[in-house]
Amino acid sequence: MTHTAHTPTTRVAKESTAPRTAPRKTAKSPRPRRGVLRRATPWLFLLVPLALLITFTYVPVANMIYYSFTDWDGVSPEIHVVGTDNYTELFTRPELFRVFLVSFYYLAASVVQIVIALYFATVLSFNLRLRNLFKGILFFPYLINGVAIGFVFLYFFQDGGTLDSVLSWFGAGTDHAWLGDPTSANVSLAGVSVWRFTGLNFVLFLGAIQSIPGELYEAAELDGATRWHQFRYLIVPSIRPVISLSVILAVSGSLSVFEIPYIMTGGATGTTTFVIQTVKLAFQFNKTGLASAAAVVLLLIILLITWIQRRLVPDEKVDLV
Amino acid sequence: MTTNTVDSRRPRGLGTVLIYLSLVAASLVVLVPLVVVFLTSLKTSREVTEGGGAFRLPDDWLNWSNYTTAFRDGHMLTAFGNTAFILLFSITGTVVIGSMTAYAIDRFDFRGKKPVMGLFLVATLVPGVTTQVATFQVVNSFGLFDTRWAPILLYMGTDIVSIYIFLQFIRSIPVSLDEAARLDGANALSIYWRIIFPLLKPAIATVVIIKGITVYNDFYIPFLYMPSEELGTISTALFRFKGPFGAHWEAISAGAILVIVPTLVVFLFLQRYIYNGFARGATK
Repeated sequence: MTHTAHTPTTRVAKESTAPRTAPRKTAKSPRPRRGVLRRATPWLFLLVPLALLITFTYVPVANMIYYSFTDWDGVSPEIHVVGTDNYTELFTRPELFRVFLVSFYYLAASVVQIVIALYFATVLSFNLRLRNLFKGILFFPYLINGVAIGFVFLYFFQDGGTLDSVLSWFGAGTDHAWLGDPTSANVSLAGVSVWRFTGLNFVLFLGAIQSIPGELYEAAELDGATRWHQFRYLIVPSIRPVISLSVILAVSGSLSVFEIPYIMTGGATGTTTFVIQTVKLAFQFNKTGLASAAAVVLLLIILLITWIQRRLVPDEKVDLV
Repeated sequence: MTTNTVDSRRPRGLGTVLIYLSLVAASLVVLVPLVVVFLTSLKTSREVTEGGGAFRLPDDWLNWSNYTTAFRDGHMLTAFGNTAFILLFSITGTVVIGSMTAYAIDRFDFRGKKPVMGLFLVATLVPGVTTQVATFQVVNSFGLFDTRWAPILLYMGTDIVSIYIFLQFIRSIPVSLDEAARLDGANALSIYWRIIFPLLKPAIATVVIIKGITVYNDFYIPFLYMPSEELGTISTALFRFKGPFGAHWEAISAGAILVIVPTLVVFLFLQRYIYNGFARGATK
């Protein structure tokens, strides 16, 4: 079907009233059909993507908001609207709200992670020997399957496992149960998260640093800038957008931690995160209403954080289209 | 960068030693936990329980029996099959859907273009983990719960990152190519299929790699949507090692290594694409 690029404007205006249903209607008259088909073309390409997007993102969000005002259990045909009861329950039962505190362990871990990543990205932007080997080693954990990581570190932390063996070499052998009490368990799990995700931050930072033109370093050196000055006044400002992106990913990531604690402890000994709790409420205790309310709260928090970030860092990169 | 600048940026003296020390230390932190698990996977159950520390070397370096156990009793073969099936369909779907969307958005002007872009843009802000409570009901109402089509559709339908990668790339393809083809009588579909799609190869490679690794590693979606044992993917099948193999660390380790090795091989061969891909994917 050739595009009639020069359809008279009057016809365009007339046809535009029924762009989507038109193909069937106009099947009889061949001439207007071309223009209509032309107009329908982008929609034909977008049909499947939009259907999937709406079915699996927007319908669930709308349903979730609706469920959050009901007492639905996820199976029974009966749904009662209970108003804001679920939200009241969520904010007044301390054990339901306490899971947010666990996020702070992961938030602290993300700070550590960003600092480590920044250090290694700076260091490896120099022309070092074995640079690619180190880069590969630092990045690889990010690619490993989460369940495998969970098992690797269960063995790492277990009694007489990797960590205890390493410590005993240094004469610091202990029989501390690393996953045995809430603080220690959360710190250990947050440590695993640093191990796993530092590589991504590192590669992002490294890419940004390497895109700084080399002449700038030369100029800085001619001006007598020390290495620290170069880092502080050249590298950091140049990669600020990536740092801010990493901070946002870190905050929303800390709130939606699921895999590592679920696989390693199942949420035992005070390591339940917000998502683990929501999944348990929904799929173990059949409290779809309450779980939806929890998910809506999380969604709102994440939207709020994203909004704040876009206000603080108006970055053209965020504007995609 | 000229050799000159590179040389001037090469750190010197004591600083260099400290830098190398820190790099070696970090590499050990990354590698030691993995190497220990590899060693454990070659030990017999007796060697593991007897103790002697996590670092004791296996008596027999060719003891592959734990891998046999993992394959046979851990159903790893079925799991690799299921994962391959899901990978094949979800990656193909993502590439076709992502490139079609990008083509429609970039090459056509139509009423409703802005709202459509808005829909895709806002969707990036909705984290998948939060909506699963309700997504579950949607999937269930289609009768797709506990089938391999549930994850396939979810992976295909909610991947906005790949749409952006295609969109970015398609902009660099000159519109004059489309116009030339149109003058030769090609319609939109054949322009997309014959001109645009082949030129998208680098973007397709990026999407295939990122999507492939993400799907291969995903635990949450198969865990929620495919509880049947025979529908295990590598993640969920490995997760099930926890029960029956209880304290049999040698079998669990073998399972973990089996899952890690394909990733390692892909990484070694496609390093450059992987760095670029993930950097691009994350900044979108």
